[in-house]
Amino acid sequence: MSALRLEGVHKSFGANEVLRGIDLELEDHEVVCLIGASGSGKSTLLRCVNLLEPLDRGRVFLDHEEITRRGVDVNAVRRRIGIVFQAYNLFPHMTVLRNVTLAPRDVLGLGRQEAEARGLELLGRFGLADKRDEYPDRLSGGQQQRVAIVRALAMGPELMLLDEVTSALDPELVAEVLSVIRELAGVGMTMLIATHEMGFARDVASRVCFLDGGQILEDGTPEAIFGRPQNPRTQQFLGQIVEAGRL
Amino acid sequence: MASEGDRRPDLEVEARRSRVLGGLRLEAEGARGVAIALLSTAVFLTAVVVAVTQSPGWPEVHRAFFGWHDITSTFPEIARAFKLNVKIFLVCEVFILILALVIAVLRSLPGPVFFPLRALAIIYTDLARGVPTILVIALLGYGVPGLQLQGVPTSRVFWAGVGLVLVYSGYVAEVYRAGIESVHPSQEAAARSLGLSRFQALRRVILPQAVRRVIPPLLNDFIGLQKDTALVGTLGVVEAFNQSMIDSSATFTFGAYLAAASLFVLLTIPLARLTDWLILRDRRRRQAGGLLT
Amino acid sequence: MRKLGLFGLGLLVIALAAACGSTKKQTATGGSPSSCAKGSLNLVTPGQLTVGTDNPAFPPWYGGTPHSPWKVSDPRSGKGYESAVAYAVAKQLGFSKSEVTWVHVPFATSYAPGSKSFDFDINQISYTPARAKQVAFSDSYYDVNQSVVVNNGTKIASVTTVKGLAPYELGAQLGTTSYQFIQNTIKPAKKPSVFPTNAGAVQALKNKQIDGLVVDLPTAFYVTAVQVPNSKVLGQFPAQPGGEHFGLVLAKGNSLVTCVNKALSTLRGNGTLMQLQQQWLAKATGAPILK
Repeated sequence: MSALRLEGVHKSFGANEVLRGIDLELEDHEVVCLIGASGSGKSTLLRCVNLLEPLDRGRVFLDHEEITRRGVDVNAVRRRIGIVFQAYNLFPHMTVLRNVTLAPRDVLGLGRQEAEARGLELLGRFGLADKRDEYPDRLSGGQQQRVAIVRALAMGPELMLLDEVTSALDPELVAEVLSVIRELAGVGMTMLIATHEMGFARDVASRVCFLDGGQILEDGTPEAIFGRPQNPRTQQFLGQIVEAGRL
Repeated sequence: MASEGDRRPDLEVEARRSRVLGGLRLEAEGARGVAIALLSTAVFLTAVVVAVTQSPGWPEVHRAFFGWHDITSTFPEIARAFKLNVKIFLVCEVFILILALVIAVLRSLPGPVFFPLRALAIIYTDLARGVPTILVIALLGYGVPGLQLQGVPTSRVFWAGVGLVLVYSGYVAEVYRAGIESVHPSQEAAARSLGLSRFQALRRVILPQAVRRVIPPLLNDFIGLQKDTALVGTLGVVEAFNQSMIDSSATFTFGAYLAAASLFVLLTIPLARLTDWLILRDRRRRQAGGLLT
Repeated sequence: MRKLGLFGLGLLVIALAAACGSTKKQTATGGSPSSCAKGSLNLVTPGQLTVGTDNPAFPPWYGGTPHSPWKVSDPRSGKGYESAVAYAVAKQLGFSKSEVTWVHVPFATSYAPGSKSFDFDINQISYTPARAKQVAFSDSYYDVNQSVVVNNGTKIASVTTVKGLAPYELGAQLGTTSYQFIQNTIKPAKKPSVFPTNAGAVQALKNKQIDGLVVDLPTAFYVTAVQVPNSKVLGQFPAQPGGEHFGLVLAKGNSLVTCVNKALSTLRGNGTLMQLQQQWLAKATGAPILK
């Protein structure tokens, strides 16, 4: 069952064409990692999926329903897709628990007790229950990012988009976030992950796509991509990664 | 013979002593700086006082402005009239905070479809800030009742209040706008991504942050409003400033003005301290929620 | 360090004490003059008499077509009661019409401390003992009666007694003694208004934002004749004990006041003041007296 499909997606910012025809399909429970150099369009691709960026050309289908058609209820679509950003973007004027329960209460209409119960359960599962009444500025980067993931999960999304979620973290905090993502993959969450963490991608992804110059140049299993890259650009990119000691 | 282990405690003691001495030296320098500042201020003020009081016109000015009897005898009636100023600014401020917020939100609506509303907001703030407040009050206070429309209030206090609200909403709307624009767009992105509508995102995420950021300039405008309540007096209503003018013209002295001024100042000070406290309480939440870009 | 601070503070305290204490009187000029000869008068500009009044200059106190910067009337015309009195006094002091210069003096400026820009100011200013502590007043050039102007056909228009005015909203102009008159004699229930300008007072009466405007009688006739259509002088108030009078305003201690009073005394004695009043303020007698 196709959870997400992108058809011929093009996106430019002014004169700069960032996405030049993306075709991509995710099945339910698939975890697809997007790798590629900075500026290759990974973030833009994710922001196009949850309609933060309007497409110039192409279509996006969520569970067979075209979400890029005219007249679609954008807010309703976004309820079904969770996204976590590199910069966590927690709401600084709210406690952790309030960050997590805001959308379930205001958007899904859950009552306060129900929303808090759900939120506390999720926070507890990822070891953050004792932070419920803290403000974000009291948490470490890793803790904030995990809260951001919980905040997205609290909406019960069909699909999670993760945009370089560990790139802003100190190295010692990366592991705790990756372990959360691993757990999500373990329970079958469909995920599209943009990442620099090659080791992690090799572990957790069912598929890896290499994005370069706005196009998906290669798409295959981790073993195929990391072990036997076909495209010269992929080989070049992976070579640089190995040299940098990150693989 | 001293071993490596023995030498390290000496170093530690040395380090601690120099830290303490350094701290004391800084404190001594600080204290000296403060004393110099105080002394030079005292000397300067003394020079000013001497220059003023030895000037040839001083007795006349002293009698005209600082007559103790003038100030104290006019104070009670001016204080009673001041109650009207207080009432006006308390009521007006509430409406200003609301109207200005509406205008600021209209101004921030994105996209070509909302252009007419944005244009309206821009024209409003230009006019409200451009026309002198005293003119607006005169036009409304005399002009509208002059039209003699049925059911329209003729109270000058009412129309002066309307004038103050219209004018100050222009200023405060720009303050709000600055606050809204200072909230990083990633906050709105995060809120919208959770499925919140534009209005919900504004109400729950952006405005709470925006308003906290602009408390000092909001207070500035609030204080300005307190003073501008005196403009009601131009319509003949006897509030504190008009009362002081009445007293002044009755005795040909200006001590009453000082009495009125002191009341305005007395009102400003607690407000300023309240604002300081609000900002302090909120400071902890300023840098949070992610990377600052 | 602390000693230095205390020393500085001590300096400041001493200086402040000196300031509050020093109110030694300083007269603007010498004592009374030996003569009022034109050449020995104490003038702002020697050789000319500088007379001040406010702008706009309203009838019946001033008349004639106004020329810039004057509005409504022109003090230089010699028309209107105050203009005529000023030139009459000037003539007594030995100044021809061309030796008289008029300056615009807003009301509050006439009594502000510091040197004056005028020799005397003539602007319907009533003498009060309190005011006389700050400036020098000449003797009376006009004895004032207060009156009240109302719109025709309103409830207040049928009032015939002073007490009958108490329930209404009244107004007066800033700087006149009309406000005190309202407070002390009429004692109204509603707080009266005080307008910084004549224009404001008149507009408020037109808009029926006030029920009655208390002004001196001559001004009342101008208001009803020209400014507020469909209005009338309801009545004038009986003269107060001691009376109220307009005086010329001079700098405190200015010796010129003695010569001005001499001039006024002459003009009163030879009937000039009465004649000028009949010429310019004749209409201002025919109003019922409210008791």
